[in-house]
Amino acid sequence: MRPLLSIQDLSKSFVLHNVGRTVAGCSHIDLDIMPGQFVGITGRSGSGKSTILRCIYRTNLPESGRILYDSDAFGPIDLCTADERRILYLRKNEIGYVSQFLDALPRQSAYDIVLKSALETFGSHDAVRAHGETRAMLRHFNIDENHWELFPRTFSGGEKLRLNIAAAMIKRPRLLLLDEPTASLDNASKVKVRELIEQLKSQGTTMLGIFHDLEFMEGLCDKEFNMQKGMMS
Amino acid sequence: MMETNNASLPSAAGEGAHSQTPCLAVSGLSLRFGKGCPMCAAEEAQLERNVCPACGTVHAVRDVSLDVYPGEIVGIVGESGSGKSSLMKCIYFDQEATAGDVRVLPYDGGAGNVLELSPQHKRSVRNTVFGMVYQNPYLGLRMDFSSLSNIAEQMIASGERSVDRMCARGYELLGEVNIPERRAKDAPALFSGGMQQRVQIAKALSNNPPILLLDEVTTGLDLSVQASVLDLILRIRRDHNVSMVVVSHDLGVIRMLADRTIVMLDGRVIERGLTDQILEDPQHPYTQQLVYSLL
Repeated sequence: MRPLLSIQDLSKSFVLHNVGRTVAGCSHIDLDIMPGQFVGITGRSGSGKSTILRCIYRTNLPESGRILYDSDAFGPIDLCTADERRILYLRKNEIGYVSQFLDALPRQSAYDIVLKSALETFGSHDAVRAHGETRAMLRHFNIDENHWELFPRTFSGGEKLRLNIAAAMIKRPRLLLLDEPTASLDNASKVKVRELIEQLKSQGTTMLGIFHDLEFMEGLCDKEFNMQKGMMS
Repeated sequence: MMETNNASLPSAAGEGAHSQTPCLAVSGLSLRFGKGCPMCAAEEAQLERNVCPACGTVHAVRDVSLDVYPGEIVGIVGESGSGKSSLMKCIYFDQEATAGDVRVLPYDGGAGNVLELSPQHKRSVRNTVFGMVYQNPYLGLRMDFSSLSNIAEQMIASGERSVDRMCARGYELLGEVNIPERRAKDAPALFSGGMQQRVQIAKALSNNPPILLLDEVTTGLDLSVQASVLDLILRIRRDHNVSMVVVSHDLGVIRMLADRTIVMLDGRVIERGLTDQILEDPQHPYTQQLVYSLL
């Protein structure tokens, strides 16, 4: 079997022109993820964990190396060099990204945020299905029905996160990138996230995640990639 | 599951992502004020900003290329004087480009360079393919004519002759941009800036143009009005799958609207990429400065 994602000698640094300095992101990363696997990345803060995820999602422009992704639509594709339109397509249809920060447009209700994702996936002509899926997803994530029409800027951290994951999950991505989704959550919310990840995994979603408390994912995480050692363990 | 997704997303780039052709393809577009000289004609000429130090020629737009695909929003950012509005004006034939090639798929399948068309055919492209919204509503509207007449004028220009149809379409569009029916017969001169901007958008939409050109449409509007105009733009894209070029100096607007972004400085494109990548990981010193200035 071919890995779903194969990172080969990936390096990324940031050139800051105003101070004339170059800051290291990550360097010479090699990492393979098989379909359906859940891989956790560990390492001290500032070691470049997020940079890896952002390079895969192309929010950061990879500097050198290759990120081979076995895509449904295009076959094997190097995310470092793929053209922007293909990256946009993959983001829309195959690769999801969840961070602890809710990055939504202003003046959008919780419902609309998830619906927007659903409409992207199911198409605006299938609005009935999109609405149905949205309702199911919000219920699934225990978002209080009274809160659906509210703007999430008033939500608690846990609610925002659940909303974030709901919007990413409704697309049923093949590959989900999780950037410390449990940071700043209380234990009960963390258990929720764990349940969701479990479900996604059973549906076959491949995941690459950063967790500062990976022991919480005990029994769920297939492999652990340690930044310092630069290898799987 | 993916196959059904592809089928249900006709606008999305599926397997045919690269076979899909851009509906607007601009290449090598330049706009020059002045004769130019051998020095500033050179490929990598060193200009003082965009002015040739030898002959004083102003290079407003220098060799700009850009593709816009169906249903896509492309953002153009840059400080004032960077050439972004000039670029738009050249595409819309408000300004005659000095050089360049512009292909418009919905007009002739991209067969010819529309910059070389006769004035009559250019008018036809303007009236049927493009919808233009200016920063200054005075450029896009006849301020003393009713809002309805403004829309009718645009429709007449594209050959519509039925008053009933024009009225119906006018009310429909004004409704879509939230102008109350009882104000439809008022002149835009009597409206607030945000309302004028929305009438301008309604007018630009009147012939269902496949390509919208939006030049600083939210500049000068207060935050809540700005938000409703942005909502409107996103809704138009979602419901009508219109392609758009959005010019703005406001990175927040670009972040909200654009899939891909181009950064201009002194008439040149200095950086292009996915919008979130431009904002999170800008490469060019000027883009970094621009992003770090974001509040």
